[in-house]
Amino acid sequence: MSWPLWEVFVRGKRGLNHVHVGSLHAPDAELALRHARDVYTRRNEGVSIWVVPAGAITASSPDEKDPFFAPSGDKVYRHPTFYVIPDDVPHL
Amino acid sequence: MSERTTPEGELERQFERTVAAEARIEPRDWMPDGYRRTLIRQIAQHAHSEIIGMQPEGNWITRAPSLRRKAILLAKVQDEAGHGLYLYSATETLGADREELTRNLIEGRQKYSSIFNYPTLTFADVGVIGWLVDGAAICNQVPLCRTSYGPYARAMIRICKEESFHQRQGYELLMTMMRGTEEQRRMVQDATNRWWWPSLMMFGPPDGDSPNTRQSMAWRIKRHTNDELRQKFVDMTVPQAERLGVTLPDPELRWNPERGHYDFGTPDWAEFKRVVSGDGPCNAQRLAHRRKAHEDGAWVREAAAAYAARRSAERKGAA
Ligand SMILES: [Fe+2]
Ligand SMILES: [Fe+2]
Repeated sequence: MSWPLWEVFVRGKRGLNHVHVGSLHAPDAELALRHARDVYTRRNEGVSIWVVPAGAITASSPDEKDPFFAPSGDKVYRHPTFYVIPDDVPHL
Repeated sequence: MSERTTPEGELERQFERTVAAEARIEPRDWMPDGYRRTLIRQIAQHAHSEIIGMQPEGNWITRAPSLRRKAILLAKVQDEAGHGLYLYSATETLGADREELTRNLIEGRQKYSSIFNYPTLTFADVGVIGWLVDGAAICNQVPLCRTSYGPYARAMIRICKEESFHQRQGYELLMTMMRGTEEQRRMVQDATNRWWWPSLMMFGPPDGDSPNTRQSMAWRIKRHTNDELRQKFVDMTVPQAERLGVTLPDPELRWNPERGHYDFGTPDWAEFKRVVSGDGPCNAQRLAHRRKAHEDGAWVREAAAAYAARRSAERKGAA
């Protein structure tokens, strides 16, 4: 019998996002949290932990990276450098 | 997401471009079967080594000479368990099955580092293991922080951060013993004599006898050859031995000003082969202990799973 796999995310300190640090096996969410504390935060690496069943994550496929991310590639007007403003306009 | 297939040749070229650009390969990327197999084997062996590596030092936890040394040793051995878990987690991103890896280890189908098949005879061994064995591990592992497979590289970064405490606590322990009695100094020298050559063997067989190195370097899994790393370790360790006041047990060891490196003798590769193939002083004991721990823990795994199943059934019933 094997325990399910959980993905572990740790918030390093207040003000930062949770970041994925690895995975572990545990029978339920509560024990997954405790194991995550022991495995991934032995030296104050975190102030908050999320555990997520590995099977619950939906990911984009790397094969499709070009078409999938294409909508953001051709929209240069989303970036501030797209707009030409004379040098003598202050604070812009 | 719709299935879109890219021809194999294009995928392979993409893989090679990514590796050549020093970018990382990530779990869902296409990769050659050989790359995946090599990584699973190497990372699993590495994980097994961390787990088996708890035993030689664990042997001294109950007999540590002070509460301070006991707390340090406990923390170090617990770190090694953590290292094993980071690495098993990396193998699972490649599709390896964790339980199968455990079975491969306890049934002797996968190897672990030969160094852990030597006994720890005195407390000085704890210090020498930290200094030499963790020291050699660091030499091996620092370049792996830039290995081409992302999850492996990230696990190595965590591990390397923790290893520096391991090596320093060992060296500090030895310095303390060297300031002690004549008997304690003899213990340090004796432990150094026993661990020196096995530590040099940790880098693996000489380059001429290491058939997989070339492919691993082409895939940038490995960044330096065995002999390069061994030389680096010797160069780093000799001045540490001098400062400590111990002699390294190699009559051929001397500075070579032309090469800018220390020359040193040849490890007993016949012994290395014997220990790797199962015939070292402690192989049987290490595996038996690991198997017993796994079997003794079966009821805990089953009870926790049964409890989780009952609680989730109750929650569904209440909803
Ligand atoms: Fe380690
Ligand atoms: Fe270590």
